[in-house]
Amino acid sequence: MQLTIDNLTQQFGSVRVLDQLALSTGSISSLVLVGPSGGGKSTLLRILAGLDVPTAGSAQFDGTPLPRDDAGLLSYRRTVATVFQSYNLFPHLSARDNLILPLVHVHGLSREEAAARIAEPLARFQLAEHADKRPAQLSGGQNQRIAILRALVVRPRRLFLDEPTSALDPEMTAEVLDMIEALKGSGTDFVLVTHAMHFARRVADEIAFIGDGGVLAHGTAEQVFNHGDNPRVTAFFDKVLR
Amino acid sequence: MSRSLAHGIVAAAFVGLLVLACMQVPGEWNWAGVWEYRQKFLQGWLVTLGISLAALVLSLAIGLVVALLLAAHNPLIEATGRMYVELIRGTPLLVQLLLGFYVVANAVGLENRFVVGTLVLAAFSGAYMAEIFRGGLDAIPKTQRDSAKAIGLTRWQSFRLVVLPQAIRLVLPAVAGQLVSLIKDSSLLSVIAISELTLNAQEVNSFTYSTLESYLPLAVGYLLLTLPLSAASRWLEAAFRYER
Repeated sequence: MQLTIDNLTQQFGSVRVLDQLALSTGSISSLVLVGPSGGGKSTLLRILAGLDVPTAGSAQFDGTPLPRDDAGLLSYRRTVATVFQSYNLFPHLSARDNLILPLVHVHGLSREEAAARIAEPLARFQLAEHADKRPAQLSGGQNQRIAILRALVVRPRRLFLDEPTSALDPEMTAEVLDMIEALKGSGTDFVLVTHAMHFARRVADEIAFIGDGGVLAHGTAEQVFNHGDNPRVTAFFDKVLR
Repeated sequence: MSRSLAHGIVAAAFVGLLVLACMQVPGEWNWAGVWEYRQKFLQGWLVTLGISLAALVLSLAIGLVVALLLAAHNPLIEATGRMYVELIRGTPLLVQLLLGFYVVANAVGLENRFVVGTLVLAAFSGAYMAEIFRGGLDAIPKTQRDSAKAIGLTRWQSFRLVVLPQAIRLVLPAVAGQLVSLIKDSSLLSVIAISELTLNAQEVNSFTYSTLESYLPLAVGYLLLTLPLSAASRWLEAAFRYER
Protein backbone atom coordinates (compact mmCIF):
# COMPACT_ATOMS: atom_id res chain seq x y z
CA MET A 1 0.00 0.00 0.00
CA GLN A 2 1.00 3.58 -0.55
CA LEU A 3 -0.65 6.15 1.68
CA THR A 4 -0.79 9.89 1.01
CA ILE A 5 -2.45 12.25 3.48
CA ASP A 6 -2.94 15.96 2.78
CA ASN A 7 -4.04 18.68 5.19
CA LEU A 8 -6.08 16.25 7.26
CA THR A 9 -8.02 18.05 10.00
CA GLN A 10 -10.44 16.55 12.49
CA GLN A 11 -12.28 18.87 14.82
CA PHE A 12 -14.74 17.88 17.57
CA GLY A 13 -16.51 21.05 18.73
CA SER A 14 -13.72 23.48 19.49
CA VAL A 15 -11.10 20.75 19.93
CA ARG A 16 -8.86 20.20 16.93
CA VAL A 17 -7.53 16.64 17.30
CA LEU A 18 -5.81 16.52 13.92
CA ASP A 19 -4.46 19.75 12.50
CA GLN A 20 -3.56 19.78 8.80
CA LEU A 21 -1.75 16.47 9.13
CA ALA A 22 0.32 15.40 6.12
CA LEU A 23 2.11 12.13 5.42
CA SER A 24 3.36 10.29 2.38
CA THR A 25 4.66 6.75 2.71
CA GLY A 26 6.65 4.60 0.35
CA SER A 27 5.18 1.41 -1.04
CA ILE A 28 5.01 -0.56 2.20
CA SER A 29 3.08 -3.40 3.78
CA SER A 30 2.98 -2.12 7.35
CA LEU A 31 2.69 1.33 8.88
CA VAL A 32 2.86 1.79 12.65
CA LEU A 33 1.52 4.90 14.37
CA VAL A 34 3.10 5.74 17.71
CA GLY A 35 3.03 8.74 20.00
CA PRO A 36 1.54 10.14 23.20
CA SER A 37 -2.06 9.46 24.25
CA GLY A 38 -4.40 12.15 23.00
CA GLY A 39 -2.02 12.98 20.17
CA GLY A 40 -4.45 11.91 17.46
CA LYS A 41 -3.25 8.39 16.52
CA SER A 42 -6.60 6.68 17.05
CA THR A 43 -8.51 9.54 15.42
CA LEU A 44 -6.30 9.19 12.35
CA LEU A 45 -6.77 5.42 12.30
CA ARG A 46 -10.57 5.75 12.52
CA ILE A 47 -10.55 8.05 9.49
CA LEU A 48 -8.31 5.68 7.52
CA ALA A 49 -10.62 2.78 8.45
CA GLY A 50 -13.66 4.63 7.10
CA LEU A 51 -15.32 4.90 10.52
CA ASP A 52 -15.19 8.69 10.78
CA VAL A 53 -15.18 11.46 8.19
CA PRO A 54 -12.53 14.18 8.60
CA THR A 55 -13.52 17.81 8.96
CA ALA A 56 -11.17 18.73 6.11
CA GLY A 57 -8.37 17.32 4.01
CA SER A 58 -7.98 13.99 2.25
CA ALA A 59 -6.29 10.62 2.44
CA GLN A 60 -5.54 8.27 -0.44
CA PHE A 61 -4.52 4.63 -0.49
CA ASP A 62 -2.73 3.75 -3.73
CA GLY A 63 -4.09 6.90 -5.34
CA THR A 64 -7.74 6.26 -4.43
CA PRO A 65 -9.17 8.89 -2.08
CA LEU A 66 -11.31 7.75 0.87
CA PRO A 67 -15.03 8.28 0.23
CA ARG A 68 -16.93 10.89 2.25
CA ASP A 69 -20.55 9.81 1.64
CA ASP A 70 -22.36 7.16 3.72
CA ALA A 71 -22.83 4.66 0.89
CA GLY A 72 -19.23 5.01 -0.26
CA LEU A 73 -17.94 4.59 3.29
CA LEU A 74 -20.05 1.48 3.82
CA SER A 75 -18.65 -0.22 0.74
CA TYR A 76 -15.15 0.94 1.69
CA ARG A 77 -15.49 -0.58 5.19
CA ARG A 78 -16.51 -3.84 3.55
CA THR A 79 -13.15 -4.03 1.76
CA VAL A 80 -11.02 -3.42 4.88
CA ALA A 81 -11.14 -4.60 8.50
CA THR A 82 -10.60 -2.99 11.89
CA VAL A 83 -9.63 -4.40 15.28
CA PHE A 84 -10.16 -2.24 18.37
CA GLN A 85 -8.48 -2.15 21.76
CA SER A 86 -11.07 -4.42 23.36
CA TYR A 87 -14.76 -5.35 23.45
CA ASN A 88 -14.69 -6.16 19.76
CA LEU A 89 -16.69 -9.32 19.81
CA PHE A 90 -20.46 -9.61 20.18
CA PRO A 91 -21.02 -11.10 23.66
CA HIS A 92 -24.29 -12.85 22.77
CA LEU A 93 -22.67 -14.97 20.06
CA SER A 94 -20.16 -17.81 20.26
CA ALA A 95 -16.67 -17.23 18.88
CA ARG A 96 -17.69 -19.23 15.81
CA ASP A 97 -20.82 -17.15 15.21
CA ASN A 98 -18.81 -13.97 15.67
CA LEU A 99 -16.59 -15.11 12.80
CA ILE A 100 -19.49 -16.25 10.64
CA LEU A 101 -21.69 -13.16 11.06
CA PRO A 102 -19.82 -10.77 8.73
CA LEU A 103 -19.21 -13.54 6.18
CA VAL A 104 -22.92 -14.30 5.94
CA HIS A 105 -24.50 -10.87 6.44
CA VAL A 106 -21.91 -8.67 4.72
CA HIS A 107 -20.07 -10.86 2.24
CA GLY A 108 -22.95 -13.04 1.09
CA LEU A 109 -21.57 -16.49 1.93
CA SER A 110 -23.91 -19.28 3.00
CA ARG A 111 -23.49 -20.54 6.57
CA GLU A 112 -21.84 -23.72 5.25
CA GLU A 113 -19.36 -21.78 3.10
CA ALA A 114 -18.59 -19.51 6.04
CA ALA A 115 -18.08 -22.44 8.42
CA ALA A 116 -15.74 -24.06 5.90
CA ARG A 117 -13.74 -20.87 5.47
CA ILE A 118 -13.13 -20.33 9.20
CA ALA A 119 -12.21 -23.93 10.06
CA GLU A 120 -8.60 -23.79 8.90
CA PRO A 121 -7.71 -20.41 10.50
CA LEU A 122 -9.33 -21.49 13.79
CA ALA A 123 -7.14 -24.57 13.84
CA ARG A 124 -3.98 -22.72 12.76
CA PHE A 125 -4.25 -20.29 15.68
CA GLN A 126 -5.15 -23.01 18.21
CA LEU A 127 -8.64 -21.59 18.68
CA ALA A 128 -10.72 -24.48 17.33
CA GLU A 129 -11.41 -25.94 20.79
CA HIS A 130 -12.75 -22.57 21.94
CA ALA A 131 -14.97 -21.91 18.92
CA ASP A 132 -18.24 -22.69 20.65
CA LYS A 133 -17.54 -20.58 23.73
CA ARG A 134 -18.91 -17.11 24.15
CA PRO A 135 -16.58 -14.13 24.71
CA ALA A 136 -17.24 -14.14 28.48
CA GLN A 137 -15.88 -17.71 28.63
CA LEU A 138 -12.63 -16.80 26.83
CA SER A 139 -9.51 -15.05 28.13
CA GLY A 140 -8.72 -11.51 26.97
CA GLY A 141 -5.99 -12.82 24.69
CA GLN A 142 -8.25 -15.45 23.15
CA ASN A 143 -10.95 -12.82 22.61
CA GLN A 144 -8.54 -10.52 20.86
CA ARG A 145 -7.18 -13.34 18.68
CA ILE A 146 -10.75 -14.24 17.67
CA ALA A 147 -11.33 -10.55 16.90
CA ILE A 148 -8.26 -10.48 14.66
CA LEU A 149 -9.41 -13.71 12.98
CA ARG A 150 -12.83 -12.16 12.38
CA ALA A 151 -11.02 -9.32 10.64
CA LEU A 152 -8.87 -11.68 8.56
CA VAL A 153 -11.43 -14.25 7.38
CA VAL A 154 -13.24 -11.62 5.31
CA ARG A 155 -9.94 -11.35 3.35
CA PRO A 156 -9.62 -7.58 3.70
CA ARG A 157 -7.48 -5.48 1.42
CA ARG A 158 -6.02 -3.82 4.54
CA LEU A 159 -6.22 -4.29 8.28
CA PHE A 160 -6.41 -1.50 10.85
CA LEU A 161 -5.44 -2.30 14.44
CA ASP A 162 -6.11 0.25 17.19
CA GLU A 163 -3.97 -0.56 20.25
CA PRO A 164 -4.88 -4.25 20.04
CA THR A 165 -2.85 -5.17 23.14
CA SER A 166 -3.45 -2.23 25.48
CA ALA A 167 -6.14 -4.03 27.49
CA LEU A 168 -4.14 -7.26 27.90
CA ASP A 169 -1.61 -8.56 30.43
CA PRO A 170 1.96 -9.29 29.19
CA GLU A 171 1.43 -12.98 28.49
CA MET A 172 -1.71 -12.39 26.45
CA THR A 173 -0.02 -9.46 24.73
CA ALA A 174 2.64 -11.88 23.46
CA GLU A 175 -0.06 -14.22 22.03
CA VAL A 176 -1.66 -11.39 20.12
CA LEU A 177 1.59 -9.82 18.92
CA ASP A 178 2.75 -13.20 17.59
CA MET A 179 -0.41 -13.38 15.57
CA ILE A 180 0.07 -9.87 14.14
CA GLU A 181 3.67 -10.68 13.32
CA ALA A 182 2.47 -13.70 11.35
CA LEU A 183 0.49 -11.26 9.20
CA LYS A 184 3.70 -9.68 8.12
CA GLY A 185 4.72 -11.55 5.02
CA SER A 186 1.28 -13.12 4.57
CA GLY A 187 0.35 -10.41 2.09
CA THR A 188 -2.11 -8.51 4.31
CA ASP A 189 -1.11 -4.86 4.64
CA PHE A 190 -1.82 -3.27 7.98
CA VAL A 191 -1.83 0.03 9.86
CA LEU A 192 -1.20 -0.43 13.58
CA VAL A 193 -1.53 1.97 16.49
CA THR A 194 0.48 0.69 19.43
CA HIS A 195 2.38 1.57 22.59
CA ALA A 196 4.48 -1.59 22.33
CA MET A 197 7.64 0.11 20.99
CA HIS A 198 9.85 -2.93 20.63
CA PHE A 199 7.12 -4.63 18.67
CA ALA A 200 6.64 -1.54 16.52
CA ARG A 201 10.32 -1.64 15.67
CA ARG A 202 10.05 -5.31 14.69
CA VAL A 203 7.05 -5.17 12.36
CA ALA A 204 7.02 -1.66 10.96
CA ASP A 205 8.12 -0.92 7.41
CA GLU A 206 7.58 2.70 8.35
CA ILE A 207 6.73 4.44 11.60
CA ALA A 208 4.91 7.75 11.96
CA PHE A 209 5.13 9.55 15.27
CA ILE A 210 1.82 11.35 15.78
CA GLY A 211 1.63 14.15 18.35
CA ASP A 212 -0.13 17.49 18.78
CA GLY A 213 -2.39 16.59 15.85
CA GLY A 214 0.38 16.22 13.31
CA VAL A 215 3.26 13.98 12.18
CA LEU A 216 6.28 14.86 14.34
CA ALA A 217 8.57 12.23 12.85
CA HIS A 218 8.31 9.72 10.05
CA GLY A 219 10.59 7.13 8.48
CA THR A 220 11.88 3.62 9.04
CA ALA A 221 12.01 2.36 12.63
CA GLU A 222 15.73 3.03 12.67
CA GLN A 223 15.28 6.63 11.53
CA VAL A 224 12.47 7.46 13.93
CA PHE A 225 13.88 5.79 17.05
CA ASN A 226 17.50 6.79 16.76
CA HIS A 227 17.74 9.99 14.82
CA GLY A 228 14.74 11.95 15.96
CA ASP A 229 15.63 15.63 15.78
CA ASN A 230 12.33 16.75 17.26
CA PRO A 231 12.81 17.31 21.04
CA ARG A 232 9.17 16.29 21.69
CA VAL A 233 9.82 12.90 20.02
CA THR A 234 13.15 12.38 21.73
CA ALA A 235 11.64 13.12 25.13
CA PHE A 236 8.80 10.64 24.48
CA PHE A 237 11.18 7.84 23.51
CA ASP A 238 13.47 8.63 26.43
CA LYS A 239 10.51 7.97 28.70
CA VAL A 240 8.91 4.92 27.08
CA LEU A 241 12.11 3.11 26.11
CA ARG A 242 13.96 3.64 29.39
CA MET B 1 -31.71 -28.82 49.12
CA SER B 2 -33.02 -28.49 45.57
CA ARG B 3 -34.55 -25.19 44.47
CA SER B 4 -37.98 -26.67 43.78
CA LEU B 5 -38.07 -28.28 47.24
CA ALA B 6 -37.14 -24.94 48.79
CA HIS B 7 -39.89 -23.20 46.80
CA GLY B 8 -42.39 -25.85 47.92
CA ILE B 9 -41.49 -25.43 51.59
CA VAL B 10 -41.74 -21.64 51.48
CA ALA B 11 -45.05 -21.78 49.58
CA ALA B 12 -46.52 -24.27 52.08
CA ALA B 13 -45.44 -22.03 54.98
CA PHE B 14 -47.17 -19.02 53.40
CA VAL B 15 -50.39 -20.93 52.75
CA GLY B 16 -50.29 -22.26 56.31
CA LEU B 17 -49.96 -18.75 57.75
CA LEU B 18 -52.79 -17.52 55.54
CA VAL B 19 -55.07 -20.36 56.68
CA LEU B 20 -54.20 -19.57 60.32
CA ALA B 21 -55.05 -15.90 59.74
CA CYS B 22 -58.37 -16.82 58.11
CA MET B 23 -59.27 -19.03 61.08
CA GLN B 24 -59.06 -15.93 63.29
CA VAL B 25 -61.83 -14.27 61.27
CA PRO B 26 -65.04 -14.31 63.34
CA GLY B 27 -68.24 -15.77 61.90
CA GLU B 28 -69.17 -18.71 59.71
CA TRP B 29 -67.59 -19.41 56.31
CA ASN B 30 -70.01 -19.50 53.43
CA TRP B 31 -68.16 -21.34 50.66
CA ALA B 32 -71.37 -23.02 49.48
CA GLY B 33 -72.95 -19.67 48.60
CA VAL B 34 -69.93 -18.61 46.60
CA TRP B 35 -69.62 -22.04 44.88
CA GLU B 36 -73.01 -21.38 43.31
CA TYR B 37 -71.40 -18.58 41.33
CA ARG B 38 -68.34 -20.53 40.13
CA GLN B 39 -69.38 -19.95 36.50
CA LYS B 40 -69.14 -16.19 37.05
CA PHE B 41 -65.57 -16.53 38.34
CA LEU B 42 -64.63 -18.63 35.33
CA GLN B 43 -66.19 -16.21 32.85
CA GLY B 44 -64.54 -13.23 34.53
CA TRP B 45 -61.21 -15.02 34.57
CA LEU B 46 -61.47 -15.79 30.85
CA VAL B 47 -62.27 -12.13 30.09
CA THR B 48 -59.26 -11.02 32.16
CA LEU B 49 -57.10 -13.59 30.36
CA GLY B 50 -58.26 -12.45 26.91
CA ILE B 51 -57.91 -8.73 27.56
CA SER B 52 -54.54 -9.23 29.25
CA LEU B 53 -53.16 -11.27 26.37
CA ALA B 54 -54.30 -8.75 23.76
CA ALA B 55 -53.06 -5.76 25.79
CA LEU B 56 -49.79 -7.57 26.47
CA VAL B 57 -48.94 -8.03 22.79
CA LEU B 58 -50.11 -4.53 21.93
CA SER B 59 -48.17 -2.89 24.78
CA LEU B 60 -44.93 -4.57 23.65
CA ALA B 61 -45.47 -3.16 20.15
CA ILE B 62 -46.33 0.33 21.48
CA GLY B 63 -43.33 0.17 23.81
CA LEU B 64 -40.93 -0.67 20.99
CA VAL B 65 -42.26 2.05 18.68
CA VAL B 66 -42.22 4.73 21.41
CA ALA B 67 -38.71 3.63 22.50
CA LEU B 68 -37.57 4.25 18.92
CA LEU B 69 -39.25 7.69 19.00
CA LEU B 70 -37.38 8.45 22.24
CA ALA B 71 -34.09 7.44 20.62
CA ALA B 72 -34.71 9.50 17.46
CA HIS B 73 -32.23 12.18 16.44
CA ASN B 74 -35.02 14.49 15.24
CA PRO B 75 -36.01 16.62 18.28
CA LEU B 76 -39.68 16.82 17.19
CA ILE B 77 -39.99 13.04 17.06
CA GLU B 78 -38.13 12.63 20.33
CA ALA B 79 -40.39 15.24 22.01
CA THR B 80 -43.48 13.41 20.75
CA GLY B 81 -42.33 10.19 22.38
CA ARG B 82 -41.34 12.03 25.56
CA MET B 83 -44.73 13.77 25.76
CA TYR B 84 -46.55 10.45 25.40
CA VAL B 85 -44.51 8.79 28.13
CA GLU B 86 -44.81 11.67 30.58
CA LEU B 87 -48.56 12.17 30.07
CA ILE B 88 -49.33 8.49 30.51
CA ARG B 89 -47.00 7.92 33.44
CA GLY B 90 -48.06 11.13 35.14
CA THR B 91 -51.78 10.31 35.34
CA PRO B 92 -53.64 7.45 37.06
CA LEU B 93 -54.87 4.55 34.94
CA LEU B 94 -58.31 5.09 36.49
CA VAL B 95 -58.50 8.59 34.98
CA GLN B 96 -57.22 7.35 31.61
CA LEU B 97 -59.89 4.64 31.53
CA LEU B 98 -62.70 7.08 32.33
CA LEU B 99 -61.45 9.73 29.90
CA GLY B 100 -60.65 7.11 27.28
CA PHE B 101 -64.08 5.52 27.46
CA TYR B 102 -66.42 8.45 28.11
CA VAL B 103 -64.57 11.15 26.13
CA VAL B 104 -62.14 9.80 23.51
CA ALA B 105 -63.99 6.60 22.52
CA ASN B 106 -67.28 8.47 22.54
CA ALA B 107 -65.85 11.17 20.28
CA VAL B 108 -64.58 8.68 17.68
CA GLY B 109 -67.68 6.53 17.94
CA LEU B 110 -65.97 3.48 19.40
CA GLU B 111 -68.60 1.68 21.45
CA ASN B 112 -67.08 -1.72 22.23
CA ARG B 113 -65.90 -1.36 25.83
CA PHE B 114 -63.66 -4.43 25.57
CA VAL B 115 -61.76 -2.84 22.71
CA VAL B 116 -61.51 0.51 24.49
CA GLY B 117 -60.39 -1.15 27.73
CA THR B 118 -57.72 -3.19 25.94
CA LEU B 119 -56.45 -0.15 24.05
CA VAL B 120 -56.23 2.05 27.16
CA LEU B 121 -54.51 -0.70 29.14
CA ALA B 122 -52.01 -1.31 26.30
CA ALA B 123 -51.33 2.42 25.91
CA PHE B 124 -50.76 2.73 29.66
CA SER B 125 -48.41 -0.23 29.90
CA GLY B 126 -46.73 0.72 26.61
CA ALA B 127 -45.41 3.98 28.12
CA TYR B 128 -43.62 2.06 30.87
CA MET B 129 -42.47 -0.52 28.35
CA ALA B 130 -40.99 2.26 26.17
CA GLU B 131 -38.81 3.52 29.02
CA ILE B 132 -37.66 -0.03 29.77
CA PHE B 133 -36.75 -0.60 26.10
CA ARG B 134 -35.02 2.77 25.82
CA GLY B 135 -32.94 1.95 28.90
CA GLY B 136 -32.02 -1.41 27.39
CA LEU B 137 -30.98 0.11 24.06
CA ASP B 138 -28.96 2.83 25.84
CA ALA B 139 -27.16 0.22 27.91
CA ILE B 140 -25.54 -1.42 24.88
CA PRO B 141 -22.02 0.08 24.77
CA LYS B 142 -21.10 2.33 21.84
CA THR B 143 -18.18 0.00 21.13
CA GLN B 144 -20.69 -2.66 20.02
CA ARG B 145 -22.18 -0.35 17.38
CA ASP B 146 -18.66 0.67 16.35
CA SER B 147 -17.66 -2.94 15.99
CA ALA B 148 -20.78 -3.65 13.93
CA LYS B 149 -20.01 -0.66 11.73
CA ALA B 150 -16.40 -1.76 11.28
CA ILE B 151 -17.33 -5.20 9.96
CA GLY B 152 -19.52 -3.50 7.36
CA LEU B 153 -23.03 -3.97 8.75
CA THR B 154 -25.66 -1.43 7.72
CA ARG B 155 -27.38 0.56 10.48
CA TRP B 156 -30.43 -1.70 10.34
CA GLN B 157 -28.30 -4.88 10.43
CA SER B 158 -26.39 -3.47 13.37
CA PHE B 159 -29.67 -2.87 15.23
CA ARG B 160 -31.19 -6.24 14.34
CA LEU B 161 -28.14 -8.51 14.71
CA VAL B 162 -26.10 -6.79 17.42
CA VAL B 163 -28.03 -4.28 19.52
CA LEU B 164 -31.49 -5.84 19.76
CA PRO B 165 -30.51 -9.37 20.87
CA GLN B 166 -28.39 -7.93 23.69
CA ALA B 167 -31.02 -5.39 24.68
CA ILE B 168 -33.70 -8.09 24.87
CA ARG B 169 -31.61 -9.99 27.40
CA LEU B 170 -31.14 -6.84 29.48
CA VAL B 171 -34.79 -5.83 29.59
CA LEU B 172 -36.41 -9.26 30.09
CA PRO B 173 -36.75 -9.08 33.90
CA ALA B 174 -38.18 -5.57 33.81
CA VAL B 175 -40.54 -6.41 30.94
CA ALA B 176 -41.83 -9.47 32.81
CA GLY B 177 -42.47 -7.30 35.86
CA GLN B 178 -44.35 -4.78 33.74
CA LEU B 179 -46.47 -7.53 32.16
CA VAL B 180 -47.39 -8.85 35.60
CA SER B 181 -48.44 -5.30 36.53
CA LEU B 182 -50.52 -5.09 33.37
CA ILE B 183 -52.47 -8.22 34.30
CA LYS B 184 -53.21 -6.86 37.77
CA ASP B 185 -54.03 -3.39 36.42
CA SER B 186 -56.72 -4.99 34.25
CA SER B 187 -58.76 -5.19 37.47
CA LEU B 188 -59.43 -1.44 37.05
CA LEU B 189 -61.40 -2.15 33.87
CA SER B 190 -64.33 -2.85 36.19
CA VAL B 191 -64.88 0.94 36.38
CA ILE B 192 -66.04 1.01 32.77
CA ALA B 193 -68.23 -2.01 33.46
CA ILE B 194 -66.13 -4.64 31.74
CA SER B 195 -67.14 -7.94 33.24
CA GLU B 196 -63.66 -9.16 34.14
CA LEU B 197 -62.53 -11.15 37.15
CA THR B 198 -62.58 -8.37 39.76
CA LEU B 199 -66.01 -7.06 38.78
CA ASN B 200 -67.43 -10.60 38.98
CA ALA B 201 -65.89 -11.13 42.41
CA GLN B 202 -67.41 -7.85 43.58
CA GLU B 203 -70.81 -8.94 42.28
CA VAL B 204 -70.58 -12.33 43.95
CA ASN B 205 -69.70 -10.51 47.17
CA SER B 206 -72.75 -8.30 46.92
CA PHE B 207 -75.01 -11.30 46.15
CA THR B 208 -73.71 -13.51 49.00
CA TYR B 209 -72.34 -11.04 51.58
CA SER B 210 -69.33 -13.37 51.77
CA THR B 211 -66.42 -11.00 51.28
CA LEU B 212 -63.41 -13.21 51.95
CA GLU B 213 -64.94 -16.17 50.13
CA SER B 214 -65.34 -13.90 47.09
CA TYR B 215 -61.93 -12.24 47.18
CA LEU B 216 -59.69 -15.20 48.02
CA PRO B 217 -60.57 -16.91 44.70
CA LEU B 218 -59.90 -13.55 43.07
CA ALA B 219 -56.31 -13.58 44.36
CA VAL B 220 -55.87 -17.17 43.19
CA GLY B 221 -57.27 -16.25 39.76
CA TYR B 222 -54.63 -13.54 39.28
CA LEU B 223 -51.83 -15.78 40.55
CA LEU B 224 -52.85 -18.40 37.96
CA LEU B 225 -52.05 -15.78 35.32
CA THR B 226 -48.99 -14.09 36.81
CA LEU B 227 -47.02 -17.07 38.13
CA PRO B 228 -46.73 -18.82 34.72
CA LEU B 229 -45.64 -15.49 33.25
CA SER B 230 -42.84 -15.19 35.83
CA ALA B 231 -41.79 -18.77 35.12
CA ALA B 232 -41.73 -18.09 31.37
CA SER B 233 -39.63 -15.00 31.95
CA ARG B 234 -37.05 -16.94 33.99
CA TRP B 235 -36.89 -19.57 31.26
CA LEU B 236 -36.38 -16.90 28.58
CA GLU B 237 -33.70 -15.21 30.69
CA ALA B 238 -31.79 -18.47 30.86
CA ALA B 239 -32.20 -19.00 27.12
CA PHE B 240 -30.86 -15.52 26.29
CA ARG B 241 -28.09 -15.53 28.90
CA TYR B 242 -24.62 -14.83 27.51
CA GLU B 243 -22.69 -13.56 30.52
CA ARG B 244 -21.22 -16.95 31.26
